[in-house]
Amino acid sequence: LDLFVALGLQIIYGIANLVLISLGLAIIFGMMRVINLAHGEFLMLGGYTVVISTNHGVNIWVAMLILAPLVVGIIGIIVERALIRFLYGRMVDTLLATWGLSLLIIGLVTTIFGAQTATTISPPLGAIAIGDYTSSTYELLLIVIAIVLSLGVYAVLRLTKLGLVARATMQSAEMASALGVSTQRIYMITFGLGAAVSGLAGGLLAPVTGVLPSIGATYIAKAFITVISGGAAILAGTTSASILLGGINGIMSFVTGPTMGEVALLAAAIVLLRLMPRGITGRFFRKSL
Amino acid sequence: VTWTRENRWRALVVLIGAAFTLFAPDVLQLFTIINLTTAIALAILALSLGLIWGYGGILCFGQTAFFGIGAYAYTIAAINFGGSTWAVLVAVLAAAAFAALIGYFIFYGRVSDVYMAVITLTVTLILYSLIRRTSGPEYKIGSALLGGFNGVTSPPLNVPWNPAAMLFPEHVFYVGMVALILGYIFCAWLVQTHFGRVSVAIRENELRAELLGYDIRFYKLALFTIGGALAGIGGIIFCNGVGRVTPDMFNLYNSALAIIWVIVGGRGTLVGPVLGSFALFYLTSWLGTQSTVNNNLVLGIILIVFVLVVPKGILPTVVRWWDQGRSRRAMQRRELKLRRRRVAKAAEATHEG
Repeated sequence: LDLFVALGLQIIYGIANLVLISLGLAIIFGMMRVINLAHGEFLMLGGYTVVISTNHGVNIWVAMLILAPLVVGIIGIIVERALIRFLYGRMVDTLLATWGLSLLIIGLVTTIFGAQTATTISPPLGAIAIGDYTSSTYELLLIVIAIVLSLGVYAVLRLTKLGLVARATMQSAEMASALGVSTQRIYMITFGLGAAVSGLAGGLLAPVTGVLPSIGATYIAKAFITVISGGAAILAGTTSASILLGGINGIMSFVTGPTMGEVALLAAAIVLLRLMPRGITGRFFRKSL
Repeated sequence: VTWTRENRWRALVVLIGAAFTLFAPDVLQLFTIINLTTAIALAILALSLGLIWGYGGILCFGQTAFFGIGAYAYTIAAINFGGSTWAVLVAVLAAAAFAALIGYFIFYGRVSDVYMAVITLTVTLILYSLIRRTSGPEYKIGSALLGGFNGVTSPPLNVPWNPAAMLFPEHVFYVGMVALILGYIFCAWLVQTHFGRVSVAIRENELRAELLGYDIRFYKLALFTIGGALAGIGGIIFCNGVGRVTPDMFNLYNSALAIIWVIVGGRGTLVGPVLGSFALFYLTSWLGTQSTVNNNLVLGIILIVFVLVVPKGILPTVVRWWDQGRSRRAMQRRELKLRRRRVAKAAEATHEG
């Protein structure tokens, strides 16, 4: 039984991990239909923010929960104003430009901090015993944070005025702007929020993974696959795809090792897209957020 | 072959390429030639992406996947067969088959442009991390160890059906140039066939092409597979130029480079991507020799600037300026002639009057 609890926890952690790394991307994609190829670099910047501010004596929780989203959110808004807004409606060009941005950020961070790992920080909180097995308390915390974050995004979209206007823009940008909504502003805020969520996720994962200028590449494959398998609905898409793909990944990793887990994840996603080209929420839960 | 203006230019390109192949080894040092072989391999990769993206509108972010698979398949097959004759065939088929498999899911699933880009990118990333992890002795295909991060040493090409007659680096240069030139001629021919023109029609407007009765899924898949095979040929030349295959052939940096070559050189041309790859190859290796400016930084700026300012790429933009300049000069000449005639007529009139 202990084995099953430990395994179950591992799988749930895998799912929470997917939710964390993809939510920021999903917000931007769901709202603006923009795939942000610099997403991995936003995560990386969040990680760097945490590591550097902790090394300068800032409390690690402040660094992770406040500084990382703040810094990356501001960077996101700058990027939107300086680059993305010229390319609305040109999806392919946006992809290319954000890829350029991704290279640019990697280059900048390498120039400033060097290509090697900056001083890492160890995950706070110790381990917890489940029968014969131990699990990191920090991983449990990440699961809780992933749930809270999803609920938070749901609450913002569902209950606030900003959320209402944002959903209206998502459904029909033209109609929303005819009714007096400044869609430009909504896009700017959405991009900033998406970036902030990515920064938060990157910051939270930094103690687990360490930071490197090129670490973004290890996240984006999973994040992209999760978001496009999920489809257009931000929350329902991300969570359903995370549960499906994270579950497959977890089980296959347990059976055959981590390499096959990733391959199974990808294979499942490609077959899924063959069956449902517009993602899970293109077919099920269409009215959801 | 009809000798349109475009085809005359293409013939000129082929002639220049052939002349370069003949004379370069006499003029350049062996080190430069070996370096050049790598650039030629990358140019074939650029050509393959230029074909499918520039003419078919298929934005593949993971063209390096086929490039890498070609190289790996060649190396593994050559080690197992003890010669390169059949290994080359196996490599091209493996790259094409992988492209066909991925393409089937993408095109027959009718996923959109953006999803297509993301899927191809992800496939490449997963291949990269997969092959990086194959370092143990248990990962081997036949008698070839995959070697994980360090990769595998590639056996050199040999004269067909004569495994003892291995080619020297300068010979590989010839093979590479011949492959590049033949690949170029093939692509130039392909885009003028019925198949090529339907592909261009699909690029211009998918819905219209479909309503005209063409099965766009099939055309895209076929073009994508051809592109994959061509990239695989590039991979074979690459691992012969470098002497080994490593997982780095699949990495994100190389995928980004391929896109940048095509966008800098120009979509909808074949020479553009090839020239773009040569230019950026020498730019990045020059950047590698100094340490103040980071490679990624420069490439990122190039990509952003081209997307925002020169989205068509250098070659089409230059051609357009040239054409505009020419038509303006032609117009000026015509106007001048007209004015002269008018003046002459007026003079005649006053003379008579």
